[in-house]
Amino acid sequence: MNVKVKKIVPQLITLVVVILIFGFFTYNAQINMDNRGIEFGYGFLKQESSFDVQFSLIEYDGSHSYARAYLVGLLNTLLVAFLGIIISTIIGVVVGIARLSPNYLIERSAAFYVEFFRNIPLLLQIFFWYFAALRALPLPQDSEAMFGVFYLTIKGFFMPRFIWENLDVLFYSIIAVIISIILIRNYAKKLQENEGKQLPVFSISIGLFIVLPLLTFLFAGVSLSFELPVLHQLSTTSFVYKGGLGIPPELIALTLALALYTATFIAECVRAGIQGISKGQKEAAASIGLTPNQVLKLVIMPQALRIIIPPTTNQYLNLTKNSSLAAAIAYPDLVLVFAGTALMQTGRAIEIVSITMFTYLSISLSISLLMNWYNKKIAIKEK
Amino acid sequence: MNKLNFLKPNKENLNTYLYIGSFLFFIAVLDVFLGSFFQINITSFLPNFVGFILPLILGVVGLHLIRIEFSGIPKLDLLNKNINTNTFNAVLTLLIIFVVIKSIPPLMSWFIIDANIAGDTKEACTGSGACWTYIKIWLRRFIYGMYPNELQWRINISFFLLIALAFVGLIPSKKLKKFLTLYYVIIYPIIAFILIYYLISGGAFGLEWVETGAWGGLSLTFIVSFFCLIFCFPVGMFLALGRRSALPTVRYISVGFIEFWRGVPLITVLFMSSVMFPMFLPEDFFMDKLVRVIIAISLFEAAYVAEVIRGGLQALPRGQYDAAKSLGMGYWKMHIFVILPQALKLVIPGIANTFLALVKDTPLIFVVGLLEIVGMLNLAKTNPKWLGFAMEGYVFAAIIFWIICYAMSKYSYNLELKYKTER
Repeated sequence: MNVKVKKIVPQLITLVVVILIFGFFTYNAQINMDNRGIEFGYGFLKQESSFDVQFSLIEYDGSHSYARAYLVGLLNTLLVAFLGIIISTIIGVVVGIARLSPNYLIERSAAFYVEFFRNIPLLLQIFFWYFAALRALPLPQDSEAMFGVFYLTIKGFFMPRFIWENLDVLFYSIIAVIISIILIRNYAKKLQENEGKQLPVFSISIGLFIVLPLLTFLFAGVSLSFELPVLHQLSTTSFVYKGGLGIPPELIALTLALALYTATFIAECVRAGIQGISKGQKEAAASIGLTPNQVLKLVIMPQALRIIIPPTTNQYLNLTKNSSLAAAIAYPDLVLVFAGTALMQTGRAIEIVSITMFTYLSISLSISLLMNWYNKKIAIKEK
Repeated sequence: MNKLNFLKPNKENLNTYLYIGSFLFFIAVLDVFLGSFFQINITSFLPNFVGFILPLILGVVGLHLIRIEFSGIPKLDLLNKNINTNTFNAVLTLLIIFVVIKSIPPLMSWFIIDANIAGDTKEACTGSGACWTYIKIWLRRFIYGMYPNELQWRINISFFLLIALAFVGLIPSKKLKKFLTLYYVIIYPIIAFILIYYLISGGAFGLEWVETGAWGGLSLTFIVSFFCLIFCFPVGMFLALGRRSALPTVRYISVGFIEFWRGVPLITVLFMSSVMFPMFLPEDFFMDKLVRVIIAISLFEAAYVAEVIRGGLQALPRGQYDAAKSLGMGYWKMHIFVILPQALKLVIPGIANTFLALVKDTPLIFVVGLLEIVGMLNLAKTNPKWLGFAMEGYVFAAIIFWIICYAMSKYSYNLELKYKTER
């Protein structure tokens, strides 16, 4: 009896306190909203937004709804996160391996990079790239073409846009290639386990990847043409590039800063992961006659990945959350478009902030669930 | 194959290879050095592209020729082992050396040679390098924000006192040692609060009132990080205990709280504190912007601290819990006297890292209109009298933050080493 009371009373107290706090907040919010004549609800999402967004992946203008504005912001956030994750992974892995290089100079340079970028606040780095570094680029009319078709100007990076015909056929062929590569890999694995023969899986995959899409170009009517950016004169002193694919400077600055900053943390994860594998593993693998490449691919990396993946996932999550700093340089991400402009216009603080937070929360939770699943899959299976 | 053999350096002709190899390497470095420091192009008679690639080729051949195994010269062996193990490494080594040589002159000229620091207007900056005059003139704003110039001694004195009081723990006295934890966890924060409230904010004892909107610059960075550290630590500790509690309600509430704060970006938390939180308070209740921000950041960081402390709690062997229980200790007694002292010692480096992240997050308070150093920079940059000095400002702030953060990360690394050996 005594034990039971001891267990129930603290729980009850906690619950009551939490409910009281929530109740107090809700009560106040109710009064405050009544006073301002706002009614709680998400109906405003269907209203016309009547504001424009500089950069959008989907069709959008002021006549669309707030819900569509939310989608625009969300897609922009995901775009930055996606680009940032890819670039930071590449830099991070290279730098992480470089930090273990026997070459003293390479090791020191990698260490310098890590210590330098890790210890400066991300916001400062974003400001630096956007307000200081990218502002030093030439004006559109003064810019010189790189490789004839790329233009890096103060107003962004301009490149040719791809114009596809029958793109869906190409997609189907790529899906077919991926499925057949998986099948071939499984077959090769079985072949090796049963008969000890090794198929050149990598060259076959590359071959398939080139040949099949190429066939669609020849026979299925897929074609690709380019639309080049062309310099237009707006007035005597103002020039812009029209046509082609323009990447705004905000996106460049943000991606660059996020990637360079997060890469330092990923590099440390990679280094810790590779260092975490005992030397005996390497020596044992070498002693059974594996080549250095095979040692890395078959023995070191599969084990190191187990150590590397959980903290790296955390860094991906951090990068996604940090992409909200976009608001500081007016890149139209979720925070700027929705929690900024839309909130200013509608004044619906509670609804909009809660939707924004819930969105980030679901992105975070879904990435971490996905990674937990992957982690479990590659974890050591002890028999 | 035999023909190529004479190119393979060997020990017989050691000196010949050494002389030719180091000569080629020297020429390669000299070419880049002269081109970079004195704009002298000693290969101008060659086509542009060849002149550009030549140092690399010469250097690689040179390094190849001095790559002699077991040469018997200790320094040469050391060099080969460290930067010249194979051709790929040699190329990377050369590239790094060339990049360093190429980047020194422009950096030097921007930072020092062509920079200006004299004068006190924009016109004094005539050189092509940095304009440190801008930093010099704005330095007070960058450090103290909009705090009135003649009252800035109050900030200096309170910071000085706070630092001095933080060293009380070093006084070697056995009688006082018992109270140290009490001092650091309760008394010191109260003193700090009183100092900041009465000395920096003013309004009493004949001191002029300075509203928090005028606070800013680096001192605001320190104030915010300091208070957030003090508040987030106890909250995080309770959350960590709650997450490991045997009581389901307490556990679920803690888990929900922690995962919520860890799942959202700080900038939305600050948005919440500035636009949504006032809606949750009674109408006539006013809370200062700075206080709201400090509460928001503290709760946010507390979730991270909680996870760090949980790691420490989990790392303790079960025997510690069992031993404490077998002595008849209750939950609180067990945690206060046995578990927490050991667990917290384990996680000091982790806490230091969280605090480092906190310091790097403070510039974000610009979204609610508080201007610490980065915010002040953005303000100064738009001043019509001082347009065009964004680079100098950001470099200045980057140097300050880098020094603070690097020192802290080195300190936490040292702590990690220290406590690793003790257990």
